[in-house]
Amino acid sequence: MTGHRLGPVADIPVGEGRAYTVAGEPVAVFHLRGGDLRAVSAVCPHAGGPLADGQIDGQVVICPLHQHTYDLTTGCSLSGQKDLRVYAAEVTADGEVVVSVP
Amino acid sequence: MRLVVIGNGMAGVRAVEEILARGGGERFDITIFGDEPYGNYNRIMLSEVLAGNEPEDAIFLNGLAWYEENGITLRAGVRVRRVNPFARKVYSDDRGVTRYDKLIIATGSVPYVPDIPGMRVAERGFHQGVFTFRTIDDTRNMLRYAKGHRRAVVIGGGLLGLEAARGLQNHGLDITLVHAGGHLMNQQLDAQAGAVLKRAVERLGIRVELNARTSAVEGTEKVTGIGLADGRSIDCDMVVVAAGIRPNAELARASGLVVERGVVVDDQMRAVDEPDIYAVGECAQHRGKVYGVVAPLWEQARVLADHITGADPAAAYHGSRVATKLKVAGVNVAAMGVAGPEREDDEFVVFAEPSRGTYKSVVVRDGRLIGATLVGDVDKVAFLSQTFDQGLPLPEERVRLLFDLGGPSAETSVAELSDDAQVCNCNGVSKRTLVETVRGGVRSVTGVAAKTRAGKGCGSCRSLVEQIVDWAAGGAAEVDPSANWYVPGVPLAKPELMAEIRARGLKSVSAVFATLAPGGAEDARSKMGLASLLRVMWAEEYVDERDARFINDRVHANIQRDGTFSVVPQMKGGCTTPDQLRRIADVADKYRVPLVKVTGGQRIDLLGVRKEDLPAVWADLGMPSGYAYGKSFRTVKTCVGTDFCRYGLGDSTALGIALESTYQGLEGPGKMKLAVTGCPRNCAEAYVKDVGVVAVEGGRWEIYVGGAAGAHVRKGDLLATVATPEEVVTLTGRFLQYYRENANWLERTYAFVPRVGADHVRAVVVDDAEGIAERLDRDVQAAVAAYRDPWLEGRDPATPGQFRPALPLIEVR
Repeated sequence: MTGHRLGPVADIPVGEGRAYTVAGEPVAVFHLRGGDLRAVSAVCPHAGGPLADGQIDGQVVICPLHQHTYDLTTGCSLSGQKDLRVYAAEVTADGEVVVSVP
Repeated sequence: MRLVVIGNGMAGVRAVEEILARGGGERFDITIFGDEPYGNYNRIMLSEVLAGNEPEDAIFLNGLAWYEENGITLRAGVRVRRVNPFARKVYSDDRGVTRYDKLIIATGSVPYVPDIPGMRVAERGFHQGVFTFRTIDDTRNMLRYAKGHRRAVVIGGGLLGLEAARGLQNHGLDITLVHAGGHLMNQQLDAQAGAVLKRAVERLGIRVELNARTSAVEGTEKVTGIGLADGRSIDCDMVVVAAGIRPNAELARASGLVVERGVVVDDQMRAVDEPDIYAVGECAQHRGKVYGVVAPLWEQARVLADHITGADPAAAYHGSRVATKLKVAGVNVAAMGVAGPEREDDEFVVFAEPSRGTYKSVVVRDGRLIGATLVGDVDKVAFLSQTFDQGLPLPEERVRLLFDLGGPSAETSVAELSDDAQVCNCNGVSKRTLVETVRGGVRSVTGVAAKTRAGKGCGSCRSLVEQIVDWAAGGAAEVDPSANWYVPGVPLAKPELMAEIRARGLKSVSAVFATLAPGGAEDARSKMGLASLLRVMWAEEYVDERDARFINDRVHANIQRDGTFSVVPQMKGGCTTPDQLRRIADVADKYRVPLVKVTGGQRIDLLGVRKEDLPAVWADLGMPSGYAYGKSFRTVKTCVGTDFCRYGLGDSTALGIALESTYQGLEGPGKMKLAVTGCPRNCAEAYVKDVGVVAVEGGRWEIYVGGAAGAHVRKGDLLATVATPEEVVTLTGRFLQYYRENANWLERTYAFVPRVGADHVRAVVVDDAEGIAERLDRDVQAAVAAYRDPWLEGRDPATPGQFRPALPLIEVR
């Protein structure tokens, strides 16, 4: 597992997501209202929609293009699409976002 | 036990599904061969794919995961060459040999292509401009070829030909339908019904040639036309043959089974003298009949599964009374039994109104219904199907078979419909299944449709499905109230929700979740609706949390399929200036905008703008937002009015501009599209807008509300006729505020006005029956006062990374 530092957590407004390129992969990192982070692949398998632009709650993200829904923790599609890859994501003591790629 | 199925289409897989449902998964090790290199898809939906109404992936019934989950080996793209019934082996064209204990033949049909000179090219099969319409590949090939060509001839005026004609016409092709018979759909309809259908099809702009026998396809390299037997030619560059289907029984014939038109089967669906071989679907011939529609195969699959699994060894198929219910080229058609009288004393009751595209007839023999045909108006189809299927006694007044004369309402007829009645013929869904699904807690029509697939075929049964779901939900003891909730994540209907929000002073979406949602849990699906409602309720005091907004409202632009955005500057009343046009053109050049388009709302749309460029684009435009992306007040379409128009009775342009200046950007439960037109010629289409204003003689203005010309078309209801433009502005605001407060989330005015009743809307908004007119005016003014051009955020982003790209941009193909 390699951890990648992606900058301050303040860059991701609470309740929203932002897209990063991590080790060449497009990753959407979400900042839950509870303070935790979730990271999944940034491209919706259905039609390539931008998941970082999607709306979230504590469990899921909804793709803005066709409302396909994915579990943020497992990456599983809840609407019959392919599943997303998930990445471990956390905030360091100095407030940095770290996403780990196996 | 090894079960081999030859055919991965609707019949073969349906038989397997029925076998699995009877626990056959444990007994059988199942292999399915499919000629086509795909999973299992709904062939009936290909016309929707051809028409561009459905994406290809939406028509798949079972993805590869389903085969894996059920331990089924799928050999897609492998054709079976021969069966050896003595050795119980199947030989496939990949040189494979597969042993079986039980075999199901479900090879379906092949298109019938008459042997017409020029249709085929030696060595190569069909001429490159000639197509059949049976498979996904056929559909893809037609779509690809249609792109570069303009004129198509469709041979065959049956259902498939009509679907092909309508589908290709959607792609801008000029279509001629050539039919050898004397009237359209002559298999199902009598001549008069066929004539009504022909008029309806011609109204769509499709030319129809009857009694026309195609004698040649002309053109060597490219198709240039077709020749008819009477010596005429029709120019075209593409030919689609939809002249019928034939059972695909060659494999069975070559393998020594008894084949006449199809594989001959007994009442258990077994091939003659072959206790271990079954045939099902269009390739099977039962009691002398082969079926070319989908409904009988559900019944056949059930009998086959009952028998093969031993669930009911006595199960027997007795043939199907075929009732066809379809939507042909946008026209509803239902037909069952005989098309017309056959004996001296058959009663024949006919109602025809060709100008409206309506035709209804019934045939009665010995007091029983033996045939019915409905074109255009199919309201009575549920009642007639049941009467036909079960031989029920008929009303004395035969006309009651055709019309509801104060007879049972739709609700009663739904209640009377028997549980076994098949509601959705495309997917074989009975009333019982629908009712059980509803009782199982799924109460929305969409939910029931998703679970049962009812209404997901041709769509002609959708209204009946809705009626049944409504009836089952209303009549069921356990009513699931979520259907009435304003948003799915907060269990309250809109009035109660608003009362709670007001009583507790909840001014942000997160506060609503924390206080009113079960367990205080956020719900992503509910955020937009709540944000809209709180903004309506609190105006200036609303606490705006950006994560509650949909992406369009976060970046004030409309997201497109490739993750770029569209920018529509405000252009009040559709009026612009050379200076504005120059600025728009400069911006389009500078940011390499891929598509500049004029919208239906009389504005200019810059499509394909990158998210990160939005602030700079707005700054360079120097124009306010046109709000082409929100559930909000969009635009006011106007005609030329009085300044230049020879006919104008009122200055519609100025009034349209005044309306847009007053109510720009006002959020609501749904989009609000308006128009003002200067005379009853209605050049601005005001009768079909959420609010439409029409100038009439005498300096007066009519205000219409609840109109639509989108997915639904509805003429608005007259709200009032007033004498001054100021009254128009006031009443428009009052109506919009009433709609904002009382409509459900995403409920457009065309649904809201009929739901609460136009009379009620008039009473509240015009006559002030509830004494709230003044308050509505005040509240809408407060909302208007809180307006701020969202494009100013370009200078000063509201959140970090508000305009950061979210995708590695990919080319839209």
